[in-house]
Amino acid sequence: MGIYKRLTISQKQIVWAWGLLAIPIVFYVVVRFYPTANAILLSFQEWNLLGARNWAGLDNYAKLFSDPTFWKVFGNTFLYLILGTPASLLVAFVIAFHLDKVRFMHGTIRALYFLPFMTSAVAMAWVWRWFYQPVPIGVFNNTLATFGIPQIPFLNSTTYALPSILAPAIWAGLGFQVIIFMAGLRAIPQTYYEAARIDGVSAWETLTEITLPLLKPTIVFLVVFSSIGFLRIFDHVFNMTSNDPGGPLNSTKPLVLMIYETAFDSFDMGYAAAQTVVLFAVLLVVSLLQLRVMRDR
Amino acid sequence: MAFSETLDTGRNASALRSATRRKRSQAQLIRWLLLFAGGIAMVMPIIYMLSTSFKYPFEVYNLNLIPEEPTLENYTYVLEDGRFFSWFTNSVVIATITTICNVLFDSLVGYVLCKYTFPGRYIVFIAILSTLMIPTEMLVIPWYLMSSTFGWLDTYWGIMFPGLMTAFGVFLMKQFFETVPDDFLEAARIDGLNELQIWWTVAMPLVRPALAALAIFVFLGNWTAFIWPLIVTNSQEMYTLPVGLTTFSVEAQVEWELIMTGAAISTIPTLIVFLVFQRYIIRGVVMAGLKG
Repeated sequence: MGIYKRLTISQKQIVWAWGLLAIPIVFYVVVRFYPTANAILLSFQEWNLLGARNWAGLDNYAKLFSDPTFWKVFGNTFLYLILGTPASLLVAFVIAFHLDKVRFMHGTIRALYFLPFMTSAVAMAWVWRWFYQPVPIGVFNNTLATFGIPQIPFLNSTTYALPSILAPAIWAGLGFQVIIFMAGLRAIPQTYYEAARIDGVSAWETLTEITLPLLKPTIVFLVVFSSIGFLRIFDHVFNMTSNDPGGPLNSTKPLVLMIYETAFDSFDMGYAAAQTVVLFAVLLVVSLLQLRVMRDR
Repeated sequence: MAFSETLDTGRNASALRSATRRKRSQAQLIRWLLLFAGGIAMVMPIIYMLSTSFKYPFEVYNLNLIPEEPTLENYTYVLEDGRFFSWFTNSVVIATITTICNVLFDSLVGYVLCKYTFPGRYIVFIAILSTLMIPTEMLVIPWYLMSSTFGWLDTYWGIMFPGLMTAFGVFLMKQFFETVPDDFLEAARIDGLNELQIWWTVAMPLVRPALAALAIFVFLGNWTAFIWPLIVTNSQEMYTLPVGLTTFSVEAQVEWELIMTGAAISTIPTLIVFLVFQRYIIRGVVMAGLKG
């Protein structure tokens, strides 16, 4: 205590700062950095949880890149991204753009759109799975039947299954995107719109020349945020295809599900770790690429 | 002549104006109706889930929203099973403790990184921020190994430890502590408060909205978390609600009214929280989304 008293104010600050940060730093090292290093290390090893961890060099990666299932899964993962991100952003923007102009019951309507965001993916995956059942169980096929339209084998078809699983994922995130878009729209100064109105600029031009360019930071954030979400899709797929995870015929299997199965069904830890490193690399590249592209424009 | 002409154009202009106004209000009405219909469509899955949870099996295939013979039988069946009770308790305990931990530690770290000058501050900040880029899925295998080494598998601690602090929370709180004037902290220092007291009694109350936003996000995230609890738990008593619901639904197979009841039980709490704190939650989401 005597030593502490003799310190200058800035020295005391240093002592306090490191003292207060001690526990969090231990946490970040032990629970974030060490496991990251361990995952990367494990990706170069072969291990089935029981024996020793044997050095395998690049074997896991070689096996992965020559595995047709991996490429199928890789394609699926990108399909979730490429379908999910534009679709959800477009719908969310249209809703936000119009909801921003509505005063009557504004809060209520906003709440209706936001409510799905508060639900758990697992619970809603089962609700949607029920909707997709054939007649007489499923809501969608029942509705189609009433109008005499042929049935759609949503979750049992290799073409429809992936979009069918994507739909509840988009649905659940829509409210969040609408709220963020509306906050972005609010931040645009009204004077721009007034000037445009005086100059007789058409509504479409106002949208493309004023609203969208000024909304760019919001769009960049939402694109990166939702892309990461779609690339990591798991809960919906696992629950909607639980009798044949990722099926039919791996047509819906995303990378995270493949990682889960390799690690915790086959206990091929090194191989699974290599897959996680690939996922990490994909996430990194996609987000950096998007930030770069969106910033330049 | 000239006078009547101006009068005439004036009348025409006002007629024209009221016509465009009528047209505009018509467009506004259509806009409102479409938005409202869309909003109703958005909540339909939730409504159907709730409605079916009150139906007898024979009525499940009937698409009417209000059950002809409402029943609580599904709820009594699901709750008598007993497992849902422990899953619910597990989820409440885990989400609550994790939320408290995040609110305390994330704000402490954010505060220190914002308000103190010390060598290494920038490196610590960048290091913590960089963990945002590491996906959970990459860490689950090492976490699993760690848990099995230390005997954390199938325990509350095992489920909770990866989420006790988040870089997102640190970043969010740091942003908000920027708005707290340094003079306040200086004044408290002169009054003889120690650093921990200054953080807790002076700085923390000033960022309460941000703390609320963080708490909401962390709680919701842990309440719905799936992949890690699925991996780390073995025995059914330790499952969280989402993991339990998966197991339960797979068992129930085609008894959709029971599955919907289970889904409803795991959804109703967050729905109630939302309906009560709607304003704060939406404001919190905006804050966290734009600043985080």
